[in-house]
Amino acid sequence: MGLQLIPYDTNYNFVAKKNIIFGILIAIALLCLGSIFFQGFNYGIDFKGGLLLEVRTKEAADVAKLRSDLSGLVHGEVTLQEFGGPNDILIRVERQPGGDKEQLAALAKIKEKLGTSVDYRRVDSVGPKVSEDLIRNGIYAVIWALVAMLIYIWFRFEWQFGVCSLITLAHDALIVLGLFSIFQLEFNENAIIAILITITYSINDTVVIYDRIRENLRKFKKMPLRDLINRSINETLSRTILTSTTTLLALLGLYFFGGPVIAAFSLPILVGIGAGTISSITVSAPLLLHAHLRRDQILETSENNEA
Amino acid sequence: MIHIPLWKTVLTVAVCLLGIVFISPNFFTKEQLAHFPDWFPKHQVVLGLDLQGGAHLLLEVDFNAVVHEQMNSLADAVRTSLRKERIGYVGLTAKKDFVTLTLRNPADLEKAKTLLKQADSDIEIISTPEGQLTLKLSDTAISERKRSALAQSIEIVRRRVDEMGTSEPYIQRQGEDRILVQLPGLKDPTRIKNLLGKTAKLQFRFVDTSIEAEPGKAIPGVDILPEEEKGRNIYYAVKKQIIVTGENLVNAQPGFDQYNRPDVTFKFDSLGAKKFGDATRNNVGKIFAIVLDDKVISAPRIETPILGGEGSITGSFTVQEAQDLALLMRAGALPAPLNVLEERTVGPGLGADSIVSGERATIIGILLVVAFMFIAYSFFGAIANIAVLFNLILLFAALSVSQATLTLPGIAGIALTIGMAVDANVLINERIKEELRHGRKMLSAIDAGYNRAMTTIVDSNLTTLIGVGILYYFGSGPTRGFAVTTSLGIIISMFTAISLTKQIVAWWIQWKRPTRLPI
Repeated sequence: MGLQLIPYDTNYNFVAKKNIIFGILIAIALLCLGSIFFQGFNYGIDFKGGLLLEVRTKEAADVAKLRSDLSGLVHGEVTLQEFGGPNDILIRVERQPGGDKEQLAALAKIKEKLGTSVDYRRVDSVGPKVSEDLIRNGIYAVIWALVAMLIYIWFRFEWQFGVCSLITLAHDALIVLGLFSIFQLEFNENAIIAILITITYSINDTVVIYDRIRENLRKFKKMPLRDLINRSINETLSRTILTSTTTLLALLGLYFFGGPVIAAFSLPILVGIGAGTISSITVSAPLLLHAHLRRDQILETSENNEA
Repeated sequence: MIHIPLWKTVLTVAVCLLGIVFISPNFFTKEQLAHFPDWFPKHQVVLGLDLQGGAHLLLEVDFNAVVHEQMNSLADAVRTSLRKERIGYVGLTAKKDFVTLTLRNPADLEKAKTLLKQADSDIEIISTPEGQLTLKLSDTAISERKRSALAQSIEIVRRRVDEMGTSEPYIQRQGEDRILVQLPGLKDPTRIKNLLGKTAKLQFRFVDTSIEAEPGKAIPGVDILPEEEKGRNIYYAVKKQIIVTGENLVNAQPGFDQYNRPDVTFKFDSLGAKKFGDATRNNVGKIFAIVLDDKVISAPRIETPILGGEGSITGSFTVQEAQDLALLMRAGALPAPLNVLEERTVGPGLGADSIVSGERATIIGILLVVAFMFIAYSFFGAIANIAVLFNLILLFAALSVSQATLTLPGIAGIALTIGMAVDANVLINERIKEELRHGRKMLSAIDAGYNRAMTTIVDSNLTTLIGVGILYYFGSGPTRGFAVTTSLGIIISMFTAISLTKQIVAWWIQWKRPTRLPI
């Protein structure tokens, strides 16, 4: 016999609390916006250009000596950071003024200085053209994902559902962006992956709830919308929580046991999926109350879709 | 009884068996596989550069240089043909992408235009009544020339990389002006960057010894070129006229001369041999220059006519430099310089570590999911876990067959997909529970559970596929690896989480004939 994690007769009144919930979520969203606006992002070399070297030294690395060796050798700031262990050092060099050629020249200088005393585990050099492309592609990817989801929901349901889900998704994307800004996590292509996974995951939860709302609209033709939405959220609550739990468990495995690269990759997805689940339950459905839903229209299209 | 048509049962079993067959090559070494019979699948999962180590270079073909060079030669052609017809002009200059001049007599306009059209049919001429002419390449001509320059560049890059003996290089066009070069297993791309950074335009030209070669001096018909060797400021006055170019070479090999110094011996084709033979026969005692990318690598005196079409270059080379020069001469010249836009190298140590930590994290993540499913749904959870197992088998089988690249984010994507794939079973099981609570009989509850959950499963998987598809389209290499495993995993889960679990439930009911569901 399995475990009933969420009692089947759970009936929490999400809709009645919606103003409090909306208030909290808006406050968090504003905090994220504020941080993005005032603090900005800690762009990684994917988006900013520059050099990144991960080197392993034979003995515990003398960071201070390495730093003094390298600074002055190239333009701009050189940052060194221990990465995983005392022998592993991450060296970041700002994008060099000029073009791609200056960038490669700087890399050659650093390699000449370090010589064969270290093992080069990773060497990345991203020039201005590529970083511009990557940033543009990242922005396009997020915008197109939002548009695609809007169209999908519009097509499957009604435009009101589409708009409500879009607001929810924008909120989720903002939370992920806020995470990167507030904690100054390295903002690179992984951030784009995190945002897209968050969006698709959040839309899943939203679709499941919307599906149930439509089903209940057909079943309970007289029930007030407010009660109907609340009933639908509660009926799907068990599924929503369980699915998120399995995904979050998989991500926790990645975060704690995957080493620094995978951990940095999975943390924003972890937060995004958590935020997406909460917003699907507390925002996407209650928002429908403000969207001037017309029952007759919904029933009509849903019958067409079934046919 | 849950009714499943026989063909569906057969298909379900067949797909699972095929998965096992196609994943199996991954458990053997390449040497072992070579001894297996022909019908046995041989494809193993392809690892991305971030996992197996190697170098990734994104190169850009510098078309501006090509266009600029063509403008220079266009200006030369204009000069020659206008002089021939005795049409007066002033201010002939070649700019970045156009050539401009002014006619002394505006009345010559039409005549000059027809004449210039003949010189190059691809040019567009814009004129003012005052006699000012602007010549530029038409857009179609530019894009045509760009296309052919890119295709030719890829060919030359491929030849140079192949000549270096790198194993399984991957060279591909990217967009309109870029070339992606991936070299698995290469630890340090410095040498290959140097080789690809050279246009390697090789020319044999005469040296004009009557002129003192001073850098910066402008003399018609002569270029002042520096010697290749570093640290010595020696310049040569080299005549513009070309005896023969590297295009006429058929072979070049590194070797040693009689004093045991590294040299490069080369051989011309018959046309090259004739040109070179004629030129040396008529100019015994004079000095000629071997020019590579506007630098003189050697300037020997012609002692005797060289008629056999063979020769050798002795400069002050190291063995490595002689090898590289021979390689460049064999592979031929690039039509345009290449710029390195992006370079990413992963050492074999980091790649191996990434595989270990990625594997460990994924296995732990999946075990957590499996344990959770069992706790939440006991027997039905166990069935879902069998589905997870087959999802993994089929996923790796699909990766092996399709030869798609597995990257580090791709490994993370596998764990994430498993977490998401059990969503289908959660939906189905929750629905069955609900139907049972509403008083349905066991079998009809199972049927209704599968049927009603279906739309939701399709919905949620479709949205995920849309998102992942966008990620694939806009993402770079490693990100694409993530999109590949996630989308494959989602598609496979539609089979394992629905068809396979339903089949197992049907068998179980047939076998045990239970009266109530352990859910």
